Amino acid sequence: MSDRLSVRKTYKLYVGGKFPRSESGRSYEVTDAKGGFLANAALASRKDARDAVQAARKALPEWSAATAYNRGQVLYRVAELLEGRRGQFVAEVAAGEGLTTRKAEAAVDAATDRWVWYAGWADKIMQVQGSANPVAGPYFDFSIPEPTGVVAVLAPQGSSLLGLVSVVAPVIVAGNTCVVLASERAPLPAVTLSEVLATSDLPGGVVNLLTGRVAEVAPWLASHMDVNAIDLVGAGSDQAIDLEVAAADNLKRVLRPTDEDWASEPGLHRMLAFLETKTVWHPIGV
Amino acid sequence: MAGKKFTYAPAPESRAILDLRSSYGLFIGGEFVDSIDGRTFKTISPATEEVLAEVTEAGEADVDRAVQAARRAYERIWSKLAPRERGKYLYRIARIVQERARELAVLESLDNGKPIRESRDVDIPLVAAYFFYYAGWADKLPYAGFGPDPRPLGVAGQVIPWNFPLLMLAWKIAPALACGNTVVLKPAETTPLTALLFAEICQQADLPPGVVNIVTGAGETGRALVEHSGVDKVAFTGSTEVGKMIARSTAGSKKKVTLELGGKAANIVFDDAPIDQAVEGIVNGIFFNQGHVCCAGSRLLVQENVADIVVSSLKRRLGTLRLGDPLDKNTDVGAINSAEQLARIRELSDVGEEEGAERWSPPCELPDRGFWFPPTVFTGVTQAHRIAREEIFGPVLSVLTFRTPAEAVEKANNTPYGLSAGVWTEKGSLILWMANQLRAGVVWANTFNRFDPTSPFGGYKESGFGREGGRHGLEAYLATGNRGRDV
Repeated sequence: MSDRLSVRKTYKLYVGGKFPRSESGRSYEVTDAKGGFLANAALASRKDARDAVQAARKALPEWSAATAYNRGQVLYRVAELLEGRRGQFVAEVAAGEGLTTRKAEAAVDAATDRWVWYAGWADKIMQVQGSANPVAGPYFDFSIPEPTGVVAVLAPQGSSLLGLVSVVAPVIVAGNTCVVLASERAPLPAVTLSEVLATSDLPGGVVNLLTGRVAEVAPWLASHMDVNAIDLVGAGSDQAIDLEVAAADNLKRVLRPTDEDWASEPGLHRMLAFLETKTVWHPIGV
Repeated sequence: MAGKKFTYAPAPESRAILDLRSSYGLFIGGEFVDSIDGRTFKTISPATEEVLAEVTEAGEADVDRAVQAARRAYERIWSKLAPRERGKYLYRIARIVQERARELAVLESLDNGKPIRESRDVDIPLVAAYFFYYAGWADKLPYAGFGPDPRPLGVAGQVIPWNFPLLMLAWKIAPALACGNTVVLKPAETTPLTALLFAEICQQADLPPGVVNIVTGAGETGRALVEHSGVDKVAFTGSTEVGKMIARSTAGSKKKVTLELGGKAANIVFDDAPIDQAVEGIVNGIFFNQGHVCCAGSRLLVQENVADIVVSSLKRRLGTLRLGDPLDKNTDVGAINSAEQLARIRELSDVGEEEGAERWSPPCELPDRGFWFPPTVFTGVTQAHRIAREEIFGPVLSVLTFRTPAEAVEKANNTPYGLSAGVWTEKGSLILWMANQLRAGVVWANTFNRFDPTSPFGGYKESGFGREGGRHGLEAYLATGNRGRDV
C-alpha cells in the first residue's frame, strides 16, 4: 500500500500535432461503464472543429504526396507503438466499454493487428484498384486511385479503440488527412491513440482528434465547405440523415452508418469510399 | 480573316430514313402506353423550331407504374436469368444500334441540334461500343474485383441530360443491365426521341418487358423517379445544382447514388506544345457539341509567352468553322439545344463583357430560325470573372494565362468543379506531373474530349461522385459492401 498520490492526466484535443485544450475552455465528465468517474475530457467546440479542419487541410499536400512505401512505413511504426502501450489501452478499453480484461485484451490486439493490416495496403491499393484501360486509339490510358482530401470521421460510439482504428486507418493509408470525433461516451482510448500518433512519425495534422458531443460538433464538420468526405458511422440514424443533407452542400462523399462487426475482416470499402479515380490519357506516337 | 475560304455546296443527310410517329407514349413494361392523366409536350428541332413529335409527360403515377414494372421484371425474370443470357441481350442491342446507326444519328441531330458529323462519328458508334463492352461483363462479374458473388442492386432510376442523349442512355443502361439490374430511365425534356427509338430497339431485341422502361418528362418527372421509394439506385447526369438536390433528397435512404455533374475544365497549353495541334484540341475541347459538354475545356490556360500566337491561331481556325444545319455533313457547329440554354449563354457572355473581358467571335451568319450562338472567345479573363468560374455550357471559351507549371496547376484547380483537364506539351514527364497535380477525374494529354467504354469517367469535388465506364463503372450497379454512397 503506497501512500503516493497518483499524477492524474489532463485529457486534451489533438490538433495539428499539438495538444490544445478546447478553445471554449469546457470539459465533460467521462465515466466508466458503471457510471464511475474516469476523467475530464475536453469538450470540443465549433471553433475547435474548424481549427482541426484547417490543420488537416494544411497537412494534406505533404501526406498525400508521400510515397506509398513511406506511408506504409510510418503506419507500421504506429502499430509498433500501439503494441508498446498495450497495457494502458487494455485498462482504458476495459473501463470505458465495461469489458473483462480478457475481452479488452482481445480488442486491443485486434486493433493493433488491424493497424498492421491497413499499413500494408499503402503500397498495394493502387495496384488493386488501378487499371490500364484498352481504349480504341493511340493512347496509354490508365486509372489510379487518389485520396479524396480532408475526411471527417465520426468514430463508432461502442468500440472505442478497435472501431476507432478501423475507421481512421483506412482513411489515412491512401493519403487522406482527417478530423476524428472520438466516441462520446468512451473517448479515453482515442486520446491515448493521439499520444501514440504524436510520438510516431505521422506528420502533425494528418490525424486530428476531437472529444466532445456528436450533436454539437458533427453538424459543423458535415457542413464545412473544406471537408471533402464524411464517415457517419458514429452518428445515430436520425442524426445521420441531417448530417447527410448538410454534407450535400459541397457534395461530400458520404459513408452512411451501418451496423459493423469490428472484429470481422474489414474488406476494401472503407478505403475505397475515400478514394477518387483519376483517368489519364497519355498519347502514344513517335 | 484574310484570304478566301473554300465554299461548300450543301450536303444534307437525308431524313427519309426516319419513320417518326406524330406522338409517343411512355415505354413501360415493354409497350408504349399513355400517361394516366394524359399530359403531353412537344419536342422541337432546335435548328428550325419545327415540332418533331408530341411526347408524353409522365406524372407520379406513371413513374410508379414504371418502377413497379421494373421491379416485377427484376424479380421474375432478369435476376433469375443466367448472366450469359443477360449479356447476349446486350450484344443484340449493340448490334441493332450499329445496324440502325444512321437512323439514330439523324434523329439525334434533329432533336438535339448537334452536327450529323458528330452524332454519326462519335455519339452513335460510342453507344454501340458501350453496349458491346458491358455485354461482355455480364457473365464475368465474379472476376471484376467486387467479391466472388457480386449482387445487383435491383431497380435503377436514371436521369440523363440533353447534350449526348443516346450516349448518356448507353452509359447508364448498359452497365446497369449487365450487372443484373432493371431500369427506369428519364431522358431530358428537350431530347426524348432517341431514347424512345431505343425503346423500339429493346422490343426488336425481344428484351423481356419491364427490364428497360423509359419515362419522358421534365424536372418533376425526374424528381418523382429519384424520390420513388421503390428505386434502389439513383444515377444522374446533369447540373451540380440538381445533383445537390438529389444528394439531399436521397439522404438517409438505402439508395446507392452516383452523380456526374458540371465542370469548368482547364485546357492547359505549354509553350513547347505543337501550336496547330493544340489549337485543334482547344477547338475540340470547347466547340465540340456547341460546348454542351460537362467536361468541356471552357478555360484555356495558355503559357504567357505563347499566348498571342495561340490566340491568333485559334481565331484564324475559328474563322473556318461552319455553323448551320445540323444535318449538313459539312457543319462543324450546330444549334444550341434550347431557347432556355441560349438565354443562359447570352446572359453569361454579356456578363463577361460587362466585367471587362474582351469578346470576340468570327464573322458568322446565324440562321433566322432556331437557337444559335457563334463560337466565342473571351480574352483578358481573370479568375474572378464569372465566365471563368461558372459553367456556361455553350461555345464560349475564356482565355487566361500563366507563367509556371505551378501557377497553371493553381489556376486549374481553383474551382469547385473537378471533372476534367487537358495538358498540351511535348514533355512526357511534365504531362505526368501535371496529371498528378490536377484535381480532376479525367486528364487528357495532347488530346481532349476522348471517351471510351473501357475508360472510367467521373468527377472530383462538386463534379459529382462515382465512375462510368470500365471496370470501375460496374461498382455503381453492384452491392459492394456498404450500400451507401459509391466512390
